[in-house]
Order: sequence, then C-alpha cells, then structure tokens
Amino acid sequence: MNPAQSNYGWGLPVAASTYADKIDRSLLILHAAMAAIFVLWAVYMAYCLVRYRKENSPKAVYSHKSTLASYTPDVLIFIFEVWLIFIVGVPIWAHIREELPAPEDATVIRVVAEQFAWLAHYPGPDGKFGRMAPSLVDYANPLGLDPQDPDAGDDVASVNEIRVPLGRPVLVTLTARDVIHSFFVPEFRTKQDAVPGMENSIWFEPVMAGRFEIGCAQLCGLGHYRMRGDIFVLPEDEYAAWMAGEQAGRRP
Amino acid sequence: MTAAVHREESFIGKWIFSRDHKVIGLQYMFTSLVFLLIGFSLILLIRWQLAYPGRPIPFIGDLLPDSLAPGGIMMPDFYNSLGAMHGTIMIFLGIVPLGVGAFGNYFLPLQIGAKDMAFPTLNMSSYWVYFVGGVLMLSSFVLPGGAARAGWTSYVPLSVISSGQTTWLLAMTFLITSSLLGAINFIVTTLNLRAPGLTWSRLPLFAWAQFVTGLILLFAFPVLQAGAVLQLLDRVAQTSFYMPQGLIISGELSQRGGGGNALLWQHLFWFLAHPEVYVLLLPPMGIVAEILANGTRKPIFGYKEVAGSFCFIAVLSFMVWAHHMFVSGLKTSLSYLFMTTTMTISIPSIAILTCFLLSLKDASIRFTVPMLFSLAFLPMFGIGGLTGLPLGFTPTDVYLHDTYYVIGHFHYVVVTGTLIALFGGIYYWFPKMFGRSMNMFWGKVHFWGTIVLMNLIFFPMFIQGLAGVQRRLYDPTVQLHNLTVQPTNVLMSYASWGLLLFQVPFIVNFFWSIFKGARSEENPWQATTLEWACPSPPLPHVNFEKVPTVHRGPYEYSVPGREADFWPQNEEN
Amino acid sequence: MNDTRVLDTSTGIPNGKLGMWVFLASEVMLFGGFISSYVILRTGSPYFSIPPREMLGVPLATLNTFVLITSSVTMVLALDAVQKGSVKGLVRYLSATLFLAFCFLGIKAYEYHHKWLEGITLTSGLFGSFYYTLTALHALHVIGGIVFISYLLAMALKGRYDSREHARVEYAGLYWHFVDLVWVVLFPIFYLL
Repeated sequence: MNPAQSNYGWGLPVAASTYADKIDRSLLILHAAMAAIFVLWAVYMAYCLVRYRKENSPKAVYSHKSTLASYTPDVLIFIFEVWLIFIVGVPIWAHIREELPAPEDATVIRVVAEQFAWLAHYPGPDGKFGRMAPSLVDYANPLGLDPQDPDAGDDVASVNEIRVPLGRPVLVTLTARDVIHSFFVPEFRTKQDAVPGMENSIWFEPVMAGRFEIGCAQLCGLGHYRMRGDIFVLPEDEYAAWMAGEQAGRRP
Repeated sequence: MTAAVHREESFIGKWIFSRDHKVIGLQYMFTSLVFLLIGFSLILLIRWQLAYPGRPIPFIGDLLPDSLAPGGIMMPDFYNSLGAMHGTIMIFLGIVPLGVGAFGNYFLPLQIGAKDMAFPTLNMSSYWVYFVGGVLMLSSFVLPGGAARAGWTSYVPLSVISSGQTTWLLAMTFLITSSLLGAINFIVTTLNLRAPGLTWSRLPLFAWAQFVTGLILLFAFPVLQAGAVLQLLDRVAQTSFYMPQGLIISGELSQRGGGGNALLWQHLFWFLAHPEVYVLLLPPMGIVAEILANGTRKPIFGYKEVAGSFCFIAVLSFMVWAHHMFVSGLKTSLSYLFMTTTMTISIPSIAILTCFLLSLKDASIRFTVPMLFSLAFLPMFGIGGLTGLPLGFTPTDVYLHDTYYVIGHFHYVVVTGTLIALFGGIYYWFPKMFGRSMNMFWGKVHFWGTIVLMNLIFFPMFIQGLAGVQRRLYDPTVQLHNLTVQPTNVLMSYASWGLLLFQVPFIVNFFWSIFKGARSEENPWQATTLEWACPSPPLPHVNFEKVPTVHRGPYEYSVPGREADFWPQNEEN
Repeated sequence: MNDTRVLDTSTGIPNGKLGMWVFLASEVMLFGGFISSYVILRTGSPYFSIPPREMLGVPLATLNTFVLITSSVTMVLALDAVQKGSVKGLVRYLSATLFLAFCFLGIKAYEYHHKWLEGITLTSGLFGSFYYTLTALHALHVIGGIVFISYLLAMALKGRYDSREHARVEYAGLYWHFVDLVWVVLFPIFYLL
C-alpha cells in the first residue's frame, strides 16, 4: 500500500494544514445545522402524513390565515446565515485568501499547470525567479527558463513533485499555459484554479511531514483524470539538503 | 370564428405543424421524454466506466466504433463527450422542454382560461427550432469532430481548442432561440389572455411559476447567446475574446493575437446558467403546489408568500452567478458579495418549502400517485437545497468545489426534486391530455422503485465529495484519495441500471394508457382550477365550450358550508 | 390575426405590441452581454490596444449616425401619416426609411472595406474583433428592419393599411427605434471614447 493512502478514508482526509481545522469545523457546523433542519422537517412531515391521512382526518380544515409562526423558520435561518457569513465565514475566508504570508517568511513556489502535469518552479537561493519565455519550452526545459538571465541560474524546476519544508508557510503562485486547471490538495483543504493569463496566489502551511496528493479539479481534457502530482513535506534539514543537491547537480 | 374551429385539417396541419398549444405541448412532451431517456442512457455507459474502470463494456461495448471504445473499452475523450452531452441533453433538451415547453404550453393557457397562446405561429416555430437544435446536438456524435467534450459548462480555453464544440455551439443557438420565442409567448399570454375575473391574486401557482420562468429565460438566455457567439468566433475566426496572451497548447506557441480573458466566459455562462437552475425548479414547484392543494383538500398555505417567493427568487437569481467561481481567481471582495446573495436566495426557497409543509397540517391527505410524487419532492428538494449551503459558503466551498458533492447537490435538486415533480405532473394531468387515466398500481411501482434507487445513486455522491473525489474523472482510481470510497461507485452504478428498469413500467403504462387506459371524466381529481373546466381532452383550438369567468382564488377546497369539498374557480356559486 | 382578441386583452395593450416590447427587452440583454464583455476587456485587458482616432473614420461614422437618426424620424412620420389616413404619406415615408437604411449599410460597407485595408481586421486585436462583431450584429438587425419595412411597404401599396388598421407599422417603428438606439450606444463606445 502506498504510504500516502493512510491519509484517506471514509469522510474527510487527514487535516494537514494550519487552516484545515477551521474549514473542517465549518463543514461540521453546516452539516449539523443541515441535519437538524432536515430531521425537523422529516419528523413534522411524517407526523402530518399519518395524522392527517384521509382515514384519520376525513375533512380538511379550510383556512387562509397564514400565521406569523410560518415565518419562524425563515427568520431563524436568516439569523443563522447572518451569523454564519459574518462571524464564521468572512474571517476564515479572509484568513485563507487575503492574509498571504510575506515572501521572505515563506517558501515561494510558482506552479505552472499544463495538459497534464504540474510544473513547479523554485527561485533558488537568490529568491528571484528567472525569466521564462514560451518559445524556450522544450523537453529538457519544461518551464522555458531563459539561460541568459542571471536570476535563472539557480532556479529549480520539477514536474509533478513539489517539495516544501515543514514549519513555514508556502506561497504558491498559480498559472496555466493552455487551459484552466485547478490545484487541489485534499489534505490541505485548498483548491485554486490555475487560469491561463492570470496569476492566482494561495498559501498553506503544512502541519505534518509526509506525502500528499495534488489532483486537478477542473476538466482540462482527456488526461484530466491522470493529472496528479505529489507534495512532499520534508523536515527543514531534509529540504535544505534536497535544495543543496539540486544546486550541486546543476553546477558540476 | 366557429368556422375556423371546425375547419377540416390535414394530418400534417393537425399533428406536425400544428399551431394549437395543446398539440405543441404534446410534441414537446414526447420529444423531451425521448431526450431524457437518451441523456439517461449516456450516463449509464459512464457508470460502467466509473464502477469498473478500464473494463470492456458488456453487450454495448461491441457495438461502439473503435474510435470511441476500442475493444469495448471507453476512451477518455468519449467519456468526456458522454459527460458533456449528458448534462446538455438533460438540462436543455430534457427537463426545461418538459417543464416549460410541455407543461407550460399545454396547461398555462388552460389554467388562465385562454383559447391558445398569444402567438400560435411563434409557438409552433419555437417547437421546431428546439427540435432541429436537439437533433443537431444529438447528431454531433456521428458528425465529423464528434460530440462536444469540454463539459456542459464549456469552459474556455478548453472548449475553444477541443473538437466537437462548434456543433454544440450551433445547436445551443437553436435551443436559445427556441427558449426566447417561448418566453415571449408565455409572458404575453399570461399578461394579456387571462379569463375575465382572473386577477393576479387568483392566478394558480403553476401559472405564476410559468410566468416568472418566462421572465428568467427572457433575461438570462440572450447573455449566453452573446457568450456563445464570442466562443464561436474564437473557434472559427481565430479571434481572442477568451484566449489570453502566450498560450502554449500541446507544446506549440499559440499564434493568436491574445489579450482575452478566460474568466469572461464563466461570467457570461453562469449569468445564464444560474437563473437556469430556477427555470428548472420553478415549474415543478408550481406543479407540486397544484397537486398538494388537490391532494390535501385544502388551500395552499401562504399562497401569497409562495407567489412572492417565486418573484423574489427570479430577481435574486441574477445576482448569484459568481458563486460558481469562488476558486477561479475571483476577487475576494466579490466573493463576499456573492456569498451573501447566495445565502439570501435560500430564504425564499425555504419559505416555499415551509408553506408546502404547513399545507399538510389539518389536511385530509389522499395518497394518489401524483400526490406521492409531490410529497417526495418536499424532503428530496430539501436535501438538494440544504446541501447548497456548504457550496455557497466560501470556506467550505473551497474544499467541496468541483467534487462529487456538487454533483450530488444539483442532482438532488434537479432529479429527485424537479424530475420527480414532473413525473407527478404527468400522472396528474394525463387524464386531461388524453381523456384516459394511467394505471395507478404501476404508477406506485414506478414511484417507489424510482425514489429509492435515485437516493442510492445520489446520496453516496456526498460521501464521495467529502472524501475529495473530483468530478469528471475518467478513472477515479488513478488518484489515491479516491480509492477508499471507490466501492460506492459500484453501488451507484447498479442503482442507476436498476433505475432504468423501473422506468419500463412508466413507459409501458404511459403508452398503454393513451390508447387503453380507463376513460376519465372532465374533472377526475375534483380539482378547482380552470383546466378542469373544459372537456378532456380540451377542444382543438378553443379549449373551452364557452369562455370561463373566474369568481374566486385557485385553491378553494373544503370551504365550510358547502357540500362538495371543492369549489371550482369558474363556478358561480 | 383575430381582431376581436386584440381589443379585449387583460392589459388593454394589443398582443403584438406587448410582444414587441418583451422581445426588445431580450435584445437589450443580448447587446448588453456583448457590450459588457467589450467594456470588461477594454478596461481590464493589458493587451487591448485602441487604434488611433484617424484610423477610425469618425466623420463618416458621424454621418452614418445622422442617417440612422433621420430614418427614425421618417419612421415616426410614416406612422403619423397612416394614423391620419394618408396611405400616400405612409408609402412615401416608408420608402424614405428604406432608402436611409440602405444608405447606412452602404456607408458601413465602405467603412469595413477601408478599415480592413488599414489593418483593423477581425483578428488584428481585440478592438477589431469587438468592432466587427458588434457592428455586424447591429447591421444584421438593420437588415431585419429592412425586411420588415419592405413587407409593410408592399402591404401599404396593396392598400392594407388605413387610419384604423396599422398596428404593424407601429411595431416596426418600435423595432426600428431600438435599432437606432443601439447604434447611438455603439457609436460613442467605438469611435469617440
């Protein structure tokens, strides 16, 4: 069995990012409320169906009065939703979408999606992304990095494998080069479309080391189903060793 | 005028190119039921692939050409085509034409006491434009390029570069035109041709629903038309409305001018397609209201709230479209706005459901077959509506978006909600349309089989969605996080094939009853609305023997002091 | 058409007139969809280049605007004439409207030709794409109007219209004013802004 498969089961996958718990709690609140509402409806309906069937209630009661009580569910739901949106929802959404970590405190990665692969681009020790040109893309240089650009010299590229260190937020800038894809890591509870012509930034901070799956969540063509990758969350020292190895491999 | 009524008509004039709203309604009904069956069959093939990925499809696999399924094994492209066509056919060729084209055409004029639609010729062309669009859509499977494969949502740039899409766009143009012609007709008919005394507060809820639906179609569809024209130009004329700069497609740098915006299509599409959900939903709600009042023998609780909620929903439905785009790169500020409007639109839906549930109190419920379907609508639509909440709520949508949770949600709304109510409508109005009634035993068999199996298909989708299974995966087992819940796919597939079996009693019952069913009187359900005041079937071209006058509201059941427990709208006292 | 039914509609407005208004409402949404797409890309896309004013041929387009507005006036005069019972006036003003509509299309064709030669084509950039798409859609509506008005003219020559029976002239007028109005929106957004 693949080691990562222990992350998944019936129900939600392992919660492996700092905000995954917040999202799980929202899911729980909502489903509890939904279940409560549904049970109330169902019990009431079942009662009516038995109590007011023709055999038990030969004549219906004529009434055009709509009592104020009928608005109670609407009002309760309304109050619940106001609470849900403004007290629960907005702060979480602001946290996961707007409070992006500063690049100097985070592991910064560019992810370029294409049919049907995830290309990761690391700026390297200098912290600067090298220039890319569409015309330079080929098998050996999947990102199309410009070798003339001094910033590109220490850049690291990888396909379908992303390595990040544990203990720091990861800032991902997403784009696509052909059609829309969607970057989905179930364990991190994060999802963001990679749209050609746009750069969408997201962040997450892993809370455990391990291997996590990247799936594509937006239909992107005949290979949509097999467009998958892995995120390896490594302890800080292993990550540094890997990055150093990449650098060493580059300059023999 | 009477001379025109008794004019001898040729077969073609009477049944093919008829201008009579009833014949057109029946044409819509037969055609849309056929399309529903076709759209359903497509998904049955998909269900094989999902349950047993990569195994040859039994029986049917050998019949498919090698380009689609070599050795009977479905290819990914074919899978995507089936998915895209299933969505398109079910929505645009099945449910909407059945709910609006068939029921609306047949019963809106009857319920308002009109002789016909306001524009009978336009009505006829609306059907034929729909028919041509439908045939074109379906024939795309055999046309060069094949069927569309970019999803029923046809997101750019994928749709611009994948084959089969041109046929899809052309067919959609026909369907949009047909809907617009229909919408104009429905709106003018309701505004102008109501019988004397039929004020807005006496209008049956079904008629309200059709009127509001017409308005939604009228305002939403042209925007999709615009979007479709731009997409067509991007495909055939190499423009770049949706195509950004510097695309690299299959390793080739795109030679287009670029500069377009890929999200623009999503805005234009969902500006139509979210209101479209309410086009799917309102007519069935109207049908449920009619049947509930009749089956409970009392006035619908909160008639005004329900009619008001229909209108409120129609207005709000134009302000929620971007909740389909929370993870597309939409600005965060906009997502707050659309989250709020989306949550707000749940209020009128809950108001309607509350009114329907409270209608059961103090009733005298008759469990007829149409009533069974209508009663089932309430909890099933309830599940569909409630599961919309975590999708409209951004923090949870970020996880559930584009997973099977979404699929489960809208199938509960559209299938166990809408389609169940439409079935109820067929059983309810069948005597009016054909002068005979359907067999009720087989109706009950159809009902129980259908409702149980539908739940077995759609409920596991929520489990899959929570486990993170994405939609539109040709082979879900390739991704690790889908493996544990894979057995649910087998269950769902068997349930879906069983569902096909349980449609056989319906199909046989339907056709058998047209010719051999028990003869039915004018008003077999002892109902109050105007469609029951004319002969069954209604007179060609004029419907009523004499124009009815309306004296009271639509649901005067069990009025105290009266012997009969129903008081038709047109009866003087 | 059944005349008795026209008179006793629930709203008191004839079906045809109400239908035309409803149709025009959907047309507003159609053009609205296109125009908002144009506005979104023009204001939002970094690659939206607007050709220099000289290349657009503003004077010719202004003349065309004038032609179309005049044709709206002649359409009003046509309705006025038939309301007063003058079939001759109706024929005269309908012919004038038709003539002006053809003028508009002629000038438009010349403009297209000229722009194409100057390098503004359907695929030369987003401006060109939108310009041709929207103005061609508008031109199609003008052609539709020409068909409608030609039909009215033929019927008028046959003596079908008089001071009591002329509903279709009014409907055509509504449509024609709408087509005119669309141009009045397109003209500034393509030529002046």
